[in-house]
Amino acid sequence: MILARAIDVTRRYGDALALDHVSLDIAAGAIVGVLGPNGAGKSTLISLLTGIRKPSSGRVELLGADPRLPASRRHLGVTPQETGLPGTLRVGEVIDFVRAHYPDPLPRAELLTRFGLTDLVRRQTGGLSGGEKRRVAVALAFAGRPRIVFLDEPTTGLDVEARRSLWDGIRQFHADGGTVVLTSHYLEEIESLADRAVVLGGGRVLADDTVDAVRGLVAVRRISLTSPVPLPALAGVTATERDGDRWHLLSPDADRLVRDLVAADVPFADLEVRPASLEEAFLRLTRLEEACPR
Amino acid sequence: MSALTLTHARFQLIETSRTPIAIVGSAIWPAASMLAFVVPYAGDDPHFATFATASMLTFAVMSTNLFSYGVGVADDRVQPWDPYVRTLAAGALPRFAGRLLAGLALMAVALLPVVLISAFLTAATLSPARFVLAALCVALISVPFILMGLAIGYSMPPKAAVVVAQVLFLPLAFGGGLMTAPGWAPGFVETVGPFLPTGGAVRLMWAAVGEYPFSPASLVSLLTWTIALAGVALWAYRRDEGRRFS
Repeated sequence: MILARAIDVTRRYGDALALDHVSLDIAAGAIVGVLGPNGAGKSTLISLLTGIRKPSSGRVELLGADPRLPASRRHLGVTPQETGLPGTLRVGEVIDFVRAHYPDPLPRAELLTRFGLTDLVRRQTGGLSGGEKRRVAVALAFAGRPRIVFLDEPTTGLDVEARRSLWDGIRQFHADGGTVVLTSHYLEEIESLADRAVVLGGGRVLADDTVDAVRGLVAVRRISLTSPVPLPALAGVTATERDGDRWHLLSPDADRLVRDLVAADVPFADLEVRPASLEEAFLRLTRLEEACPR
Repeated sequence: MSALTLTHARFQLIETSRTPIAIVGSAIWPAASMLAFVVPYAGDDPHFATFATASMLTFAVMSTNLFSYGVGVADDRVQPWDPYVRTLAAGALPRFAGRLLAGLALMAVALLPVVLISAFLTAATLSPARFVLAALCVALISVPFILMGLAIGYSMPPKAAVVVAQVLFLPLAFGGGLMTAPGWAPGFVETVGPFLPTGGAVRLMWAAVGEYPFSPASLVSLLTWTIALAGVALWAYRRDEGRRFS
């Protein structure tokens, strides 16, 4: 069953094109990671799917209907931006306000316990730390017993332990049949939670596949080595980074790069080759897209 | 009235009450105008003092709502909390109605000093029956001004909303005849007045508090304004998508 869907969606802001003919299906029970550099269209896509904005053309559906209809948002949970909590209101007041919008919300105490907020219930949100605000924001997404949640950067600003416990919460929600769409700057987060990654760039879907496949798609390798002399020009290198004597190169063909280094008699040491991170992968995808536009 | 409307109203009121200066700010102008103009110039005459109090109440209703909604809503819309609330499972109505309720409550706080000053520092008099009638009348006439504020707030950014509210409120006050006693305004104001929302409102107030003939034309004008402003406010709310980039 498809819970959320974008069909050939375009969204403009005046002359700026934020989304360019994007199509996307989110099936029930999936955890989908949405990746992309800033300005790629992630926020716009999520705002269309959650009913905040209207597409300029094309169609969006949430639980089979227009997300701008309140009834279709009854099983939707969204995180507010952490800076967006009303600063003078108490945690308990904000939670009760959100719960009041749903026919069968989670009991207040249960929600507070699940997200470790019980001790904060009387505090004004403006006085919370960044991590505490984030926890409140994520808790709000789950207040109405949603079937699908959109989590925008859910663990930004959390320490490692809090992040792990939040991940456990998301996995638990997923195990109980919940569907999750999440954006993140932490690649580790997408890699550890998501089963599918959608890469956006320049308002288009650059890749939409399993997390492994998205990484494999670009098959980019990061080659690190120490060399006291500057490196010669090498074929296939897409990015070079220098840190003292240490060089980091990105290339789709690590084997060839190493052979070229040996052939050029470069006195290198401490050679390391590893798969590129997801971030490096989507940067490369964005560049490929720019080099040969559709 | 739905429970969700009350929830929205309570949420707004709690938020406002945590910044008490906002309430003091909206209460201070009408009270100051009473002390500066009505008490020294019309305070001794029961007839004029009563009508002047009704005019000042209308003035206060207009200015508090124009500013608290026009500027308040425009300001809320640029906060990141606003798009979040739009993802909750509720449509325009509970938020709209909740804002109206909260606005009525805050306005009552702003009007109280005017009523107290009138009662204790002027010769104005009002029978209990007429007092109740005037109170109902205040609730009624506040609706178009709240809607006017909402229409401004939902259709423009905060800086523009401040300017528009300021540009509107003086001509509306003068043109409606709030600055003069009934029948004493310049000729064109007497002609145009009943057809402005302020003029329709104050004529209703005058009829509620004293021997001023009830004018069906000004009531029709007020209702027409209310419906028209509701249309504009709802249109502005529907097309509003908050900040363009977030």
